[in-house]
Order: sequence, then C-alpha cells, then structure tokens
Amino acid sequence: MILAVVVGNVVATQKDKSFVGKKLLLIQPVDPEGNPAGTELLAVDGVGAGVGDLVVAIAEGGSARQVAKSKNPLAPIDLVIAGIVDRADTESGTLYL
Amino acid sequence: MQLAKVIGTVVATRKDPSLTGVKLLVIQPIDAAGQNTGSPLVAVDTIGSGYGETVFYARGKEGGMALPEPIAPVDAGIVGIIDQVYHSGVVQERKYERKKRE
Repeated sequence: MILAVVVGNVVATQKDKSFVGKKLLLIQPVDPEGNPAGTELLAVDGVGAGVGDLVVAIAEGGSARQVAKSKNPLAPIDLVIAGIVDRADTESGTLYL
Repeated sequence: MQLAKVIGTVVATRKDPSLTGVKLLVIQPIDAAGQNTGSPLVAVDTIGSGYGETVFYARGKEGGMALPEPIAPVDAGIVGIIDQVYHSGVVQERKYERKKRE
C-alpha cells in the first residue's frame, strides 16, 4: 500500500463501464514526512475520501477490485483508496492531519 | 491508474492470438500538469482512444480486462479518456512532528 494525499479529481466521459458511478481521485504519493514522492496517480475511491485527505491506496489489482466493490469481477482497476489515515508514526516522527 | 498522452501507434502482424484485432498505442505517462514523466510504453486500447488524446491507463493484467478476451497477455491498457484534470494546487501542508532526541 502507498501513503498519499488526495490533490484533485478528473472528469472522463468515455471510460470503461466499470468506472461508471465511481469517484476517480488524483492522488500524490508522499513519503512518511509528507513530502511529495513521484508522479500523481489516479485512484478509484473506496472509502469516501476527499481533496486534502491523507490516505492509503492499494496498488494491486486483485485487492483493488475487492475494495472498489466492483460488480464486474474483471474490472480494469489497479489502484484504489482503501483507508483515510489519521496518523502515521515512524522512527523519526509523526505525520497527521 | 496513471495519466498519459497517446503519442503513436504500433503495428504488429505476428502476435499472440488473443491480441488479434486489438489496437496497440504508444503512450507517454504524464503528471497532472501535463509534463512527461518516465519512458513511453505500449498499451492496448480498450475504449477507442486515438493519437493526441489524454487518457488514463491501468498497469498489469488489469489493463487488459476490458478486452473481448479478458485473460490476454497485457501489462498496460488504456481504460478511459480524460476530459479535464482538476488539481487543487499545492499538496496541502501536513503536520509533521519530529521526535526529540533524548
């Protein structure tokens, strides 16, 4: 799973039918200190997250489909937000909202 | 999923039978600002996208799950065309407390 901040969303009219009615959020992966790490990614929202939330996202197909509660067992979903993070403790410090 | 721009097409006559009739496109992954990030790759098209369009693609086996034959040998597949990207601006400031050294 990856730690990320929700930074935005996208509008896509033409998409696979598995995405219909699902929220597509733009997430920025962050390191445990909250600094951006890498490129923004697109995730299906499985928990009701919003812009500004610190979240954990699953970047593996099988589990992602499970969290997205997709009716189609063959949904082309590879990244899903699985939780909203209250705080992340590491050896060097604590990241929180 | 990640954002990308379609920058070309691929023609392959001899390929795995499950990829017959499937469109192969060259895509360049981009960030939310439209800047290139990483190397271009070849992805299957499952929704009818074309050259110059901004799309999003799924990595791994999932990329090919929207194809007529879902269990196809695919590691990246275009699954949607992007109309608009909204980025809230800077990554919102998080609080980070460093532990005090004893």
